[in-house]
Amino acid sequence: MEVPYTVKPRLDTGLYNSKLGIWLFLASEVMLFGALFSSYILLRAAAPSWYAGPDVLNVPIGTLNTLILIISSVTILLSWTSIRLNDLKKYKLYMGATIFLGALFLFIKVYFEYLPKIDHGHIPSENNFYATYYTITGLHAIHIIGGLIVNLYFLGPGLKMYNKEPERFCNRIETAGLYWHFVDIVWIFLFPTIYLLPGS
Amino acid sequence: MSDHHNEPFWRKYIFSVDHKIIGIQYGITSLLFLLFGFTLMLVMRWNIANPGQAVPFIGGLLSEEGMLTPDRYNSFGAMHGTIMVFLGVVPLAVGAFGNYVVPIQVGAPDMAFPKLNMASYWVYFVGGVIMLSSFFMPQGTASSGWTMYAPLASIANTGETIWLISMLFLITSSLLGSANIIVTVVQLRAPGLTWMRLPFFVWTQFITSFLLLLAFPPLQAAAIFQFMDRVFGTSFFLPSGLYVGGEVLNVAGGGTPLLWQHLFWFLAHPEVYVLILPALGIVAEILANNSRKPLWGYRSMVYSGIFLGFMSFVVWAHHMFLTGMGTTMAAFFQTTTMIISIPSVIILSSLFISLWGGSIRFNTPMLFALGFLPMFGIGGLTGLPLGLASADIHLHDTYYVIGHFHYVVAPGTIFALIAGIYYWFPKVTGRKTNELLGKIHFYGSLVFMNGIFFPMFFQGLAGVSRRLYDGGETYLHAQGAIQYNDFMAFSSQMLFLFQLFFIYNLIYSLFKGEKSSSNPWDATTLEWGAAPSPPLPHLNFKEIPNVYRSAYDYSSPDALNKGVDFIPQNKKIEKA
Repeated sequence: MEVPYTVKPRLDTGLYNSKLGIWLFLASEVMLFGALFSSYILLRAAAPSWYAGPDVLNVPIGTLNTLILIISSVTILLSWTSIRLNDLKKYKLYMGATIFLGALFLFIKVYFEYLPKIDHGHIPSENNFYATYYTITGLHAIHIIGGLIVNLYFLGPGLKMYNKEPERFCNRIETAGLYWHFVDIVWIFLFPTIYLLPGS
Repeated sequence: MSDHHNEPFWRKYIFSVDHKIIGIQYGITSLLFLLFGFTLMLVMRWNIANPGQAVPFIGGLLSEEGMLTPDRYNSFGAMHGTIMVFLGVVPLAVGAFGNYVVPIQVGAPDMAFPKLNMASYWVYFVGGVIMLSSFFMPQGTASSGWTMYAPLASIANTGETIWLISMLFLITSSLLGSANIIVTVVQLRAPGLTWMRLPFFVWTQFITSFLLLLAFPPLQAAAIFQFMDRVFGTSFFLPSGLYVGGEVLNVAGGGTPLLWQHLFWFLAHPEVYVLILPALGIVAEILANNSRKPLWGYRSMVYSGIFLGFMSFVVWAHHMFLTGMGTTMAAFFQTTTMIISIPSVIILSSLFISLWGGSIRFNTPMLFALGFLPMFGIGGLTGLPLGLASADIHLHDTYYVIGHFHYVVAPGTIFALIAGIYYWFPKVTGRKTNELLGKIHFYGSLVFMNGIFFPMFFQGLAGVSRRLYDGGETYLHAQGAIQYNDFMAFSSQMLFLFQLFFIYNLIYSLFKGEKSSSNPWDATTLEWGAAPSPPLPHLNFKEIPNVYRSAYDYSSPDALNKGVDFIPQNKKIEKA
């Protein structure tokens, strides 16, 4: 006897298990980032002065990174629809593109943002602007790395499941996609909050 | 099916994916942690009664002179709280009982994600080992109280960093476990098991899991901030111009220590309901079973539980009345605090009324469940003055607070958990526990639990502060109340003695106990009605049961017509 509803949805809930699981996980992630944003608000409200994002951060690079993540959201969606249509070639193409874009995001983030700032001595301990900047974007980057590992797995060794249980594999891509979208959405909130808000 | 029996030992008992084995692993680990946390308290209580004197038996481990040093006292206090809450009671209530009982009560072959379940236990185990490892660090464990208030904790010794790392593991573990329980309850209920036919215990676990899932991440955020403060020199919780040892601390400043308190209590207040809800669930099961009556007001209990869950997210700042918040804020949080007492009272009253007119069987689990009711009542009622800002100004950080929450958690939750262990022991092992030993354990524990905690109310009202190394000996205003310290230390030692009956009973009954049938308590829920004792490895039931009735079909006319006083949930009765 196996655990039921791992692949087929349960009729009265309309969900298979891992889909509910990933939504619950995302709910807790919302609470994590919600706490981070609330803390940002509290710290900022208490601070006598706060940098304007555009004065100290690289807005063009940030915008480029925003675009990269939004495109990667589209590609992971396309990889899911491709695998549902049993088009393995396209699936690999789009999943590969997602991974490439995610890695590109990280590369730009580290090479054009973190490293030059650290070179100029802007480290987290300088003040609370940089502390929140590094901590929140750093946690976001860790989430990107997590997503990359999962996506790489589904492009590589995890793909074996497709031959035996194609439907279950599709579900896995769907849940991976939900997570990836969430990471994008967090960035879409992060970008204006940290990069664009005027100073005080 | 047969291949499961040929698994190697390490796969079957160590890295098992069977929810029953994982539940037992959680149970044994958390009971050991409870015992360890209790031992810390024994040493502290001894020191409070005899400040600065050498501790008998284990003094050699503490210091060269055999006494508990003030630093060690702080360390023990912080570790007692941390271990009891995060490594003892919650893993026992949710990890052990949730894991073992919930899937069987909902008629599922296993948890929804068996591998995640295994991961959840092992992440918890690693977190626990990391926490314990700080006892062997040169600077010792974290010692800023279990609440780890900033800025003290941000500048404390390295044990604090270990505490934060360990907490990240424990939070991850509870996240995995709670998502698993929710999915199991939503997705894997047996055919016919509608929401209102769920045993109340499943409901409490379900609500508890939501609290864990949504309340822990803010503490995770706080732990990350404090980690950054300590390791990378940021100032999230460090205000400008903070003096440490007579010198201004060399940090950027600009942070706010209150942020830590907000994030911490945003977790830690729902955590209180994480501690109490599963206990209420266990007590409800045992009361209904042993009074041979359906639960009184099952629906209102369920709705109260859900309401309690929601409200627990908007009361956290009643722990912070003394932080200088305005009267508007204080008014808001004391109002929500008064409101949240209503559903708790509804549940407790329903449990009391459930006893009315029942034919009560006074076996060991029932005694502990009955003991729970007034103990939790004392704990809850003494909390009301603390929820009112004006009274809290006097009582804050005194022994009154310690007495209050220990009544909720120690003779409250822990009694319920012990009741649960006695109640489900025949299901888990196929053997009954010894009733005589169990009763000795109960009466001894009841008397001496109160012996420890009741005097705390007097001490607190006299103004004796918590966390005093010498128990108040050097404080003039405490002189009228510290004479209880000797009696409290004696009670704690006697309480320890009576736990030996419990430990002996469990080990003895495991090997030599009387063999139990699949339903020794004549109970109705699925784990008794449909599964053998112990349930089959990996699938629990011979086949997934169908459910035909509510969880508490005791003494109904249908049953009495057949000459019995209960009908299991999975039993179909043809109408005549």
